[in-house]
Amino acid sequence: MAEYNTMELMIVSAARELENAATVGVGTGAPCAAAMLAQKTHAPDLVILFEAGGISPQLPEMPISVGDSRTFYRAVKAGGMCDIMESCARGLVDYTFLGGAQIDAYGNLNSTVIGDYNAPKVRLPGSGGANDFASFCWRTMVITPQDKRRFVEKVDFITTPGWLSGGNSRDESGLPLGTGPYRIITNMAIMGFEEKSKRMIVLSLNPGSTKEDVQENCGFELLWSEDLSETSPPTAEELDILRNQVDPKGYIINR
Amino acid sequence: MKNEQVGFGVVASGTGQVFMDPDPDKARDFFRKKSKKMSVKLTSMKKAVQDHVHDRDYIAIGGFGAVRTPFEAVHEIVRQKRRNLKFAGHTSTHDMQVLAAGGVIDTVDIAYVIGLEARGLSKCSRRLFEEQRVTFNEDTNYGLAIRFKAAAMGIPFIPIRNVMGTDTFIHGCGKIVTCPFTGKKLIAKPAIYPDVAVIHVHEADKYGNARFRGISVSDIDVANCTKHLIITAEHIVEHDSFRENPDATQIPYYLVDAVVESPWGAYPGNMPYEYFSDEEHLKEWLTAEKDPAAFEEFLDKNIYSCKDHLEYIEKNGGLRKLKYLRELEMLTDGEEQNG
Repeated sequence: MAEYNTMELMIVSAARELENAATVGVGTGAPCAAAMLAQKTHAPDLVILFEAGGISPQLPEMPISVGDSRTFYRAVKAGGMCDIMESCARGLVDYTFLGGAQIDAYGNLNSTVIGDYNAPKVRLPGSGGANDFASFCWRTMVITPQDKRRFVEKVDFITTPGWLSGGNSRDESGLPLGTGPYRIITNMAIMGFEEKSKRMIVLSLNPGSTKEDVQENCGFELLWSEDLSETSPPTAEELDILRNQVDPKGYIINR
Repeated sequence: MKNEQVGFGVVASGTGQVFMDPDPDKARDFFRKKSKKMSVKLTSMKKAVQDHVHDRDYIAIGGFGAVRTPFEAVHEIVRQKRRNLKFAGHTSTHDMQVLAAGGVIDTVDIAYVIGLEARGLSKCSRRLFEEQRVTFNEDTNYGLAIRFKAAAMGIPFIPIRNVMGTDTFIHGCGKIVTCPFTGKKLIAKPAIYPDVAVIHVHEADKYGNARFRGISVSDIDVANCTKHLIITAEHIVEHDSFRENPDATQIPYYLVDAVVESPWGAYPGNMPYEYFSDEEHLKEWLTAEKDPAAFEEFLDKNIYSCKDHLEYIEKNGGLRKLKYLRELEMLTDGEEQNG
C-alpha cells in the first residue's frame, strides 16, 4: 500500500465526495486541491466556483487568492461575486468547502473572534464569503485538523451557520430550506450529522485512528455511527495525480 | 396563486450601526446634479486624491484584495495622510493592510479584514480591531456586494437569505423581515452609497470610459453607486476604441470624476493578463509588521519617501521584477531553463 500523509488522505477523502457534474464553491488551499483532484479523476465535469467570480476554470496550478488569475484560467466565464453567490442562492450549487478557527457539535463555524466579542483575545478576518456559501449551498463540507481547541462545545462566535442549535433550528431561522453541514473531514475521521438532533456523528475512522483518539481530540461528546467504517486510504493513482498534477510544488500536501 | 396580504414587519434587528444614509432620494438629488459633460478628466494621482478623497469620506476600493486593486492610489491616500475614512471591508486584504498602516480609517463595514488569505494575518490591521481603535460591524462579502447593488438600483435596501441565526447577523446592521408574498424570513440590507471609490482597470479613455478584463468582483455595482469615482488605468487609449467597441465598456464616462494613467498600478497585487502578484514583497509586509520600529522604516521606504509608484517599484526590483511577474502571469516562468 502506498504511503501518504494525513493532508493527502483528507484531500482524497474530500475529492471523493464530489460526484461528476456537481457544482462546488471553494476557497484556496485543501478545498481547492480536493476539487482539482476530483476534476482530474472521477469528476471531469465538476463545476468549480470561486467567490470573486471565477466560473469553472481549468486550474493550471494552485491559486494564492480566490480572485487571482488562476481562478478564471480557461474558465467558461469570468463573472462577479453576485454571479457566484446568486447561483448559490438560486439552489444551483451542491457543495461548498469551508474552514474556521472553531467548530461546534452542530457544525457552526467561527472565523470572527476568539474570546469575548467586545474584548477579544484574538480578532480574526470575519466571514468573507463563508457565511454566504454556507447559507446558500446545499451541503457544506469542512476540511480541518482536529483538536480540542478547535472542536468546541460552543463556538465563541457563530460566523457561519451550521445546524445552529440543532433539531429544526436551521430551517426555522429563515435560511434556505434543506441546506446545511454535511461532512467534516479531519486528520482522524470523517463525520456527518445525526438526522434528528443534527449533532456531529463519526462515520468512519481514518486508518491508524482509534475511537479514543477521535473523542480525546474533540471538546464535545461525539455520536458514533452504527455502521462505523474505516476511511479508504488513497489509491496509488489518486496520490500520483495529487502529487504530480494538483500540487507539484507541495504547497498544501507538504505543509 | 392568490395574492394574499402578508405583513412586512421587522422580526429582529442586528445591533450594528448603519454608517451611510441609504435614502435613495438624497442619492437621486446628488446624481441629478452630477455633471454628465464629456470633459477631459485625465489628471495626476496626486490631484485625483486631493480633489476627490476627503477626510471622513466612506471609501470603496475596487478589485479583490490584491487582485486588480488600485495600489498606486491607496499609497497616495496614505501619503496625503487622509484621516477618519470609513471603509468597505469588502474582500479587503492588502488594501486594508496599507490603509491600516497609514492610520487612514476609523470605521469599517467588515466582510473580510486583517487576513491576506493564505498568506497570513496583518498584525497592524488586527490591532486596530483588538484595541477598538475603529468602529465596525459584521457583514459578509456577498452581504456588502448586495448593499452596493441596492444603491446601484436606487433602492434603500435589498432582501437576501444569508446570516440568519448567526452572530454575524446579531453584530451586523441588517434586519430580519417577513416576505410580503411568501411569509418567509428574509434579511433586509441597507444600501451603501459610498462618497468615493477607486477602481483600477486595464483601459480607459481621457473622459473616463473604462473597461477591464477578468473577474468583475463587485466593481460594476460600486461604479454605479458611488458618488465620486476615480478610475486608474494601466493604459490610456483612444476614445474611438470605446466608440468602436461599446459592448466592452463596463464603466461609462459620466460616472467618473477623475482618470489617472497608472501603469503597474495594481503592483504588488495581481493584474489579470498583465502581471502576477509579488508574493515576495507581500511577505515582506507581513514580516515587517512584527517589529514596530522596523515597520516605520519599511513604510517610510516604501510609501512616505516615494515620490510616486514607479519609485516604489524601483525599490522592490524595478523592471526586472516586473518582467518576472509578467512571466508568472503568463505561466512562462522558467520555460527558458526547461526549453
